[in-house]
Amino acid sequence: MQLTPLFTLIGRALVRTVLMLWLVASVTFLAIRALPGNPVDVWVQELQGTGLSAEDAREQATRLLKIDVDQPLWTQYLDYLGNLARGDLGDSVILSPGTPVTDMLGERLLWTLFSISFALVIGFLIGLYLGSLAAYRRGTWVDRLITNVSALMSSIPAVLLGIVLTFCVGVAWDLVPIQSLRGAYSPDVQPGFDLDFILSALAHVIAPGIVYILVSFGTWALVMRSNALSVLADDHVGQARARGLSERTIRVAFVQRNARLPLITGFAISMGFVVSGSVLVERIFVYPGVGQLLADALARRDYTVMQGVVVATTITVLLATAIADALYGWLDPRTRIEQHA
Amino acid sequence: MSAVEQLTPPPAVAEPGPRRWRRVTGRMGLGGLLGIGGLLALVVVSAAGRFLTDPPQPDIEAIAQGPSGEHPLGTDFTGRDNLHLVVRGGWDMLELAFVAGFLMSAIALTAGLLGAYVGGAVDRIVVSFIDLWLTVPRFVLLLVIASLFPVSSTVALAALIAVFEWPYLARQIRAQALSLRRREYVEAARLLQLRGGHIMLRYLIPAIGPFVVISTIQAMNTAIYQQVGLAFFGLVPLEDNWGVLFSVAYSQNALYLPAAAWSLLVPVAAICLLQFCLVLASRSLEELFDPRLRGAR
Repeated sequence: MQLTPLFTLIGRALVRTVLMLWLVASVTFLAIRALPGNPVDVWVQELQGTGLSAEDAREQATRLLKIDVDQPLWTQYLDYLGNLARGDLGDSVILSPGTPVTDMLGERLLWTLFSISFALVIGFLIGLYLGSLAAYRRGTWVDRLITNVSALMSSIPAVLLGIVLTFCVGVAWDLVPIQSLRGAYSPDVQPGFDLDFILSALAHVIAPGIVYILVSFGTWALVMRSNALSVLADDHVGQARARGLSERTIRVAFVQRNARLPLITGFAISMGFVVSGSVLVERIFVYPGVGQLLADALARRDYTVMQGVVVATTITVLLATAIADALYGWLDPRTRIEQHA
Repeated sequence: MSAVEQLTPPPAVAEPGPRRWRRVTGRMGLGGLLGIGGLLALVVVSAAGRFLTDPPQPDIEAIAQGPSGEHPLGTDFTGRDNLHLVVRGGWDMLELAFVAGFLMSAIALTAGLLGAYVGGAVDRIVVSFIDLWLTVPRFVLLLVIASLFPVSSTVALAALIAVFEWPYLARQIRAQALSLRRREYVEAARLLQLRGGHIMLRYLIPAIGPFVVISTIQAMNTAIYQQVGLAFFGLVPLEDNWGVLFSVAYSQNALYLPAAAWSLLVPVAAICLLQFCLVLASRSLEELFDPRLRGAR
């Protein structure tokens, strides 16, 4: 029976996904609606302050939030979860009143994913390479250089890197005009599926991409190094050496394959980390992703948009986690055998 | 060297004091000495800056200048001396790092030990919660919470950050405690029917002590990382600290004018320096306490 383990895998991923979404949704609901002094109550009062009657203010809140603010909290909570299940995140309150939040999120999320996924993959590959290099040259200056640089790079906040990079490239050395670092594509290019647009989008992803790569590769390198070191000490590697296999074969077929497996689980954590970092990096490079949207929503106190960004980024990370889990099962035959037993 | 010589262990001679001290410092390596020395220096300089100097005064004559004889690191957009500001702004960062690191470790230690020691359903709940929380984009949530319920003091901010960031440490501590639990002397203590609390206090906590110290240093680093992010959105209390300095300078567009950029880059450099010291210190302590890593050198 090949299908049973696949179903349990998918089932488990689904349960996990739903649980996590529920957790995050509940925390946001608690913060935005349920706690004393919560922003929705404050906002209703502000609306009344602008001359609206109490009923009108509450009615407007109900219309935009798609939750009846006069109902008991418990009912509001269920309504909110129900809306969420239908994919309805309410309408924007302040940024562009009346626009469904999902519409505002759609395009932004694509840009964020585009910039992040590029950089994550490149950072991952660089980390793998440097990590295994450090492991093979254990104890030499190469090892020390790689581990120290990786540890330092992974500890610098992405914001600071972004700022220093902008300053060096755009201001101090004056290599490129600042404007060319901003946005997702140049203003004189029409969005469309042609070469100009694609090249422009790629050029604009370089700056934030470099920041994501610099902050993410270090973690991969350190984890890869310690994994590779423990695999190198395994009996099967010694046995391969005894058989007289070339060092290259041993590295590629015996060490690399085993050492990079556990990294895939780390991918989910790193994904959450980089998505979080994107909020800051996008603000520096004025990149029109979800991070920029969240920054606007925070500045103008648009609660439904904030809530939408939290839920949307969580879903993104969840999807990435689910894909990583599935990949793991596919790449590592041992997990499949365990499922059978 | 003959095979016999190689197999004979070096004679065990009691080392004289100074040489032993040198061995400890030697094991920590240059990085460790730099890290710990740097941290101490930062603490001393920041304390002096905070408690021995008055806040620098604005000076309309010298707004957003580059370095000069009078102002070695330039001035900010109100004409305050950058060097003075950065020396004064360290204490608050250290306070935040210390309080948040301590709280984070305390929560993580409780959860991790609880899971590892009690086991069973409690452990499963702890582990699932940690795993769930680790995959959530926590910083996004932290931003929203911090903007809805603004914190008014550094300690409150530290507590908020600790509540968000403890799970990673808890997972590490749980793994350590689990491997300890299976050690023979802990098993023996259990067979002697010593109380759970006693085993935890006398056997487990001392054994993972060094590890907890290292974790706390890493937690401090995390706290600074998050504070810098929150500061960038103007969501931290307006104290004199590097996070606020850099975010205010950024919002004044200091980045785009080479002379004014000093007021932005000086606190940025200070933050990076503090984080480098923390990383170097935690890495060298790791090597000092972990025999396996030590063998690698």
